[in-house]
Amino acid sequence: MSDVTLRFTVNGKAHRVRVPPMKRLLDVLRDECKLTGTKEGCGEGECGACTVLIDGRSVNSCLVPAVQADGAKILTVEGLAKDGRLTPLQRLFVEGGGAQCGICTPGMLVSAHELLTRMKGKVPSENEVREALAGNLCRCTGYQKIVDAVRAAARGGRSS
Amino acid sequence: MPRVRQPGRAPKAVSSNGSVGTSIPKLEAYEKVTGTALYLDDLRIPGVLHGRTVRSTVARGRIRQIAFDPAFDWTGVVVVDHKDIPGDNVVALIEDDQPLLASTEIRHAEEPILLLAHESAEHVERALRAVRVEVEPLEPVLTVEQSLARKQLLYKDTNIFKEITIARGDARAALHSAGLAGTVLVEGTYRTGHQEQLYIENNAMMAERTGDGGLLVRGSLQCPYYVHKALMRVFGLPAEKVRVVQTVTGGGFGGKEEYPSVIGAHAALLAWKSGKPVKIVYDRLEDIAATTKRHPSVTRIRSLVDKDGSLLALDIDTVMDGGAYVTLSPVVLSRGAIHAAGPYRCANTTIRARAVATNTPPNGAFRGFGAPQTQFAMECHMDAVAGRLKLDPLEVRRRNAYREGDITPTGQVLTESVGAHEVLERTVRRAHYETKRKRYTQENAVAAKAERSGKFDGRGRRVRRGIGLALVYHGAGFTGGGEVKLASLAAVDVTPKGRPRILSASTEIGQGTRTIFAQMVGDALGMPAEFVDIETPDTGLVPDSGPTVASRTCMVVGGMLVEAARKLKSELSAFAGAELADAAAFERAARRYLAERGPLRAEHRYQRPAELQWDDDTYRGDAYGVFSYAACTVEVEVDLDTGETNLIGVTTAHDIGKAIHPVLAAGQIEGGIVQGLGWALLEDVRWKDGRIWNHQLTNYIIPTSMDVPTLDVEIVEIPYSRGPFGAKGVGELPMDVPAPAVIAAVAHATGLHLDEIPVLPEKVLHALRAAHAASAT
Repeated sequence: MSDVTLRFTVNGKAHRVRVPPMKRLLDVLRDECKLTGTKEGCGEGECGACTVLIDGRSVNSCLVPAVQADGAKILTVEGLAKDGRLTPLQRLFVEGGGAQCGICTPGMLVSAHELLTRMKGKVPSENEVREALAGNLCRCTGYQKIVDAVRAAARGGRSS
Repeated sequence: MPRVRQPGRAPKAVSSNGSVGTSIPKLEAYEKVTGTALYLDDLRIPGVLHGRTVRSTVARGRIRQIAFDPAFDWTGVVVVDHKDIPGDNVVALIEDDQPLLASTEIRHAEEPILLLAHESAEHVERALRAVRVEVEPLEPVLTVEQSLARKQLLYKDTNIFKEITIARGDARAALHSAGLAGTVLVEGTYRTGHQEQLYIENNAMMAERTGDGGLLVRGSLQCPYYVHKALMRVFGLPAEKVRVVQTVTGGGFGGKEEYPSVIGAHAALLAWKSGKPVKIVYDRLEDIAATTKRHPSVTRIRSLVDKDGSLLALDIDTVMDGGAYVTLSPVVLSRGAIHAAGPYRCANTTIRARAVATNTPPNGAFRGFGAPQTQFAMECHMDAVAGRLKLDPLEVRRRNAYREGDITPTGQVLTESVGAHEVLERTVRRAHYETKRKRYTQENAVAAKAERSGKFDGRGRRVRRGIGLALVYHGAGFTGGGEVKLASLAAVDVTPKGRPRILSASTEIGQGTRTIFAQMVGDALGMPAEFVDIETPDTGLVPDSGPTVASRTCMVVGGMLVEAARKLKSELSAFAGAELADAAAFERAARRYLAERGPLRAEHRYQRPAELQWDDDTYRGDAYGVFSYAACTVEVEVDLDTGETNLIGVTTAHDIGKAIHPVLAAGQIEGGIVQGLGWALLEDVRWKDGRIWNHQLTNYIIPTSMDVPTLDVEIVEIPYSRGPFGAKGVGELPMDVPAPAVIAAVAHATGLHLDEIPVLPEKVLHALRAAHAASAT
């Protein structure tokens, strides 16, 4: 298949790329858009390290062909902080031990961000957080500090 | 937040107003939460080639020929085989038996044979499929049992890589007296399987030639000087011509201890031949299939116990599957053997440990390093003892657990910081173990009775609950004379801006090395951790402070850095003619020193504490400076119809001497516990003809956030006088403790004594049916 031209926004910025239509969105983000925050852990949609939002919904970008992103609004981990200022969620990951080796962190933050947006200010239960993050594998933390950080962020950044 | 308890006396070196003991923000976390941390695959290097590895698919045999498809376009494809190796074709570690690239002999199915590289990742992937390796197959040895039967000889005339015997008292004679005075003999055999480290960042290394005829190798790794040593041998280059630099590393758990030497040298061979930078980034399939795993084990224990549960004699025999090459198996075995009798006093103990050769990919370092396997067996056995004597497992542990003054199987007298009883009592109290033990027993009986009259729980299920307990210990630092042999060196110097800078080869792999080092050095210098710079582990810039393994980073290297910092401070104070009250005073004095006297650097080399003695030939003496202790309860719900085991509660107390950073320490404990729970319940490496067939995350299952309950962690601080601020090791300890507690909980819930992990639903169902059939006859 010959290359196609696609237009989409990533973190509010417009991008126009010419790529093979079946190129993985993950690779388009990393290679064409030079956004390497989104990681590959398994390449088969199991680990969630490549999680991004397409029009507000979380996807494993390793399973999404580039053509599906045409016209979409994409959010990656790089789009969370504004002008270097961390969101409460990111800050609580830093302070509360939510990021250890950090390789799952981008996907984990994006999934958690989607949950918090969906909750519209309501504080999710521990179980709701665990369910929302069940597609994001972490081998370092045992999940406890991540779950705690997400709930603390939902409470408006107060730690308890 | 973890709850920190500090019983007993206060450690000597605690500073009252420093950052040690507080949880400052993790130093490199900002980059990690903003996606700006650069892992190896995130580096954009112009002209980089992508390297791939051609492997055998046959477990044992001889290479007959290698054919390159003539129809394929080989233009621009770099091909490397064993003849391209400028120096020795070995992966230098303990023995020189492992080739970097096979020449004729194939000893496992993932044996690397050829290396390919091309500027296009897609093209080199196709090239991989255009190579055909013809191997004349030989009968492989695929299990421990086959290896011990010596049907095929793979290593010397025994197939045994290493055998260790530890003896204290006379276990055999004591066992012969079984039955006298009401003593009871208890026997059992316990098995554990392979486990994959499953760091989320796959192995990744990049190599390039340098202008001075040397090599620069960067990548995801735990031990830069291991890779450095391996490259010197492969290329016949002097130390100064080889530079190894760690990039941000996405998890290790031992899986990036020795294996990066292989990938780093592979990338370097391709770079050497092509003259271009080459990176090798494994995908998940290759990473699971080819890299090291936890050693599977079979452990037989015979014990003699008194009526009250006191251990009178222990005879332990453990065998670990080392895989195709020696790699680190002798040292894994050593730690496993030393920990095999658990944290229990027993006057007559014999431990025999063997690591054997098979035709499977070499097993290697994995958090716990042999101790999880042997202590799994011992903890299961303690429950078997309790069962035979009709005592509660808690009672048997209370009766035997180490106290100060007790003696280990190697003859080590435990003189201080013995937290076994403290962690045991705190865990059972927090978990309400005794209450729940009784309650679940009653509820299970009631449920069984109701089911016999056709009544099921609200959701129509037949479920049973149980709570199990385990107690373990873990020695911090290298075993025996290991630290003396390493003679590692750490340093603190001063940057041109007048800041102190930490120089060590200890890597940040998520656990918090950078943060706790900065805290400890900051406290020693009387300044905030944020003011302390930390050099990247780069063999061109930092001394060899040893590998980042063996729960040694905080206690051993941290201790050396504190000493170096004190020397630096005293030299600078003497120069300034005054105490340096704060960071500003340090900076002023340091800048003046640099201007007037030149560079300022203080070093500290590891020194064996005078009271520690070890004899490597007899395996007698102080195996470790100190041990950390952990107890854990696990509560489960077992579905008798599906065989599924759900975790409903986990409570643990860990005595780690001192939590330099309570949040990071708790993070180590929580992460290790969940890795141990995965090993116990989910993680099953399945083999077919010497190859792993579930080498992907779709069917090699690790715990998700939904698979584990809320973790209740308590940190206990019984200080170690030789540890910095009283600290002992924490990294591996949590891996040792949950698996036997799972087995105990399932036994409590169902009456099944499985003695083997992983506890998969099909095994539970099978055992339930067997038990049902046995009770029906």
